[in-house]
Amino acid sequence: MAENIFLEVVTPDKAVVSEEAQIVVSPGSEGEFGVLKGHTTFLTSLKIGKLRFNDANGKERYVFINGGFSEVLPNKVTILAESAEQRTEIDAPRADQAKIRAEKRLSEKSSDIDILRAEAALRRALHRLKITNIQ
Amino acid sequence: MATLKEVQTKIVSIKKTKQITSAMKMVASSRLRGAQNSMNAFKPYASKFGEVLGSIAGKAGEDASPLLISKEEVKKVNIILCTSDRGLCGGFNSNLIEKAEKFIKSKLQDKEVSFTCFGKKGRDWVKKTQMSIQNEYLNVVGGKFDFTVASTSGKKLIDSFLNNVVDEVYLVFSEFQTIARQEFVIKQILPIPSLENMTDIKEKTDTKDNSVYLAEHICEPSSDVLLGEMLPKNIYIQIYDALLQTSTSEHASRMRAMENATKACEDMIDELQTIFNKTRQAGITADLMDIVGGAEALNG
Repeated sequence: MAENIFLEVVTPDKAVVSEEAQIVVSPGSEGEFGVLKGHTTFLTSLKIGKLRFNDANGKERYVFINGGFSEVLPNKVTILAESAEQRTEIDAPRADQAKIRAEKRLSEKSSDIDILRAEAALRRALHRLKITNIQ
Repeated sequence: MATLKEVQTKIVSIKKTKQITSAMKMVASSRLRGAQNSMNAFKPYASKFGEVLGSIAGKAGEDASPLLISKEEVKKVNIILCTSDRGLCGGFNSNLIEKAEKFIKSKLQDKEVSFTCFGKKGRDWVKKTQMSIQNEYLNVVGGKFDFTVASTSGKKLIDSFLNNVVDEVYLVFSEFQTIARQEFVIKQILPIPSLENMTDIKEKTDTKDNSVYLAEHICEPSSDVLLGEMLPKNIYIQIYDALLQTSTSEHASRMRAMENATKACEDMIDELQTIFNKTRQAGITADLMDIVGGAEALNG
């Protein structure tokens, strides 16, 4: 068993995750990437999506990431996200409503900015729902 | 001299005022604790962000982002004025407004000034002086708010900066130092002053050998692109930080104001009580004189 890497997910409100992980897989803007201990130093932006990590006990856990940045050091991964939620914290009914709202807005097709915003909202909602539906 | 009844009524009414002010003090102090907590919760994010930003800022060129470039001619200036929504917090709002006013008089005499207002007090002042308001956000300072307020308002400012609607943006807010001390600060946020100054958050955190390893970061996408993405975020962070600090300062200010008011009430009650006792004593003496006088007359 390889050694653990320290994972920290910070948002302006609080630290969402701060613990040891065996592996961290993040939604990088250029594609998903996995990190183990001893990874080279690396900095990238993140898309909206799910972060997967195996905690110290080997249990697979998921965190919703609303875009941001990730700094990888050999023994530590820091995720800076504007917002992030662990799977258990996701409010599924709310995400569901957000999805319906965004879809409605997209079908109405008003100005460009609205579409961008609605698309982002839809993406957030879909990813949140996807994470809650993982068995 | 006031009658007994009058003094009595005054004492009762001041006692009631005292009850209110001391309750407000309690409320303010509990809110202050909440605001301080969110300020502390924000610190790790801000300092880490500053650290990362500082590390790539060194690598990127001056023209990495249009937000770094000053306009050739500065005509239109936007001021983000952070004040509270509610009063009864001593000179808090008037001091902030005075700071902004002085700044305009000294530095922005011949410029076209517009405002982005957080808080009702600042907005009311801008309206009264008939200056223009670009955006206003109420029910933010002093209450519960999240990062989205800062990012939406910041986004609007960045857009108007890029579209030449404004040439410079300043932030006026109250920096929370201790409960007894708040500093009123003016900070330029657009164009971004210079990359070296921006990393001031970093200095506060422990600067363990990060300059060594950060220099070797592999960046994906390129450091210029990353910097371009991070700089707007950094502006949101500054706005959010200002809002948090102003909220905390507001509660601290109100707490102190209410404490003083409660003390003033106590003093007044003491004073009135003395008057009350004296008046009552005088009344009794006068009554006694009457009785004694009457008895004397009967005996006579």
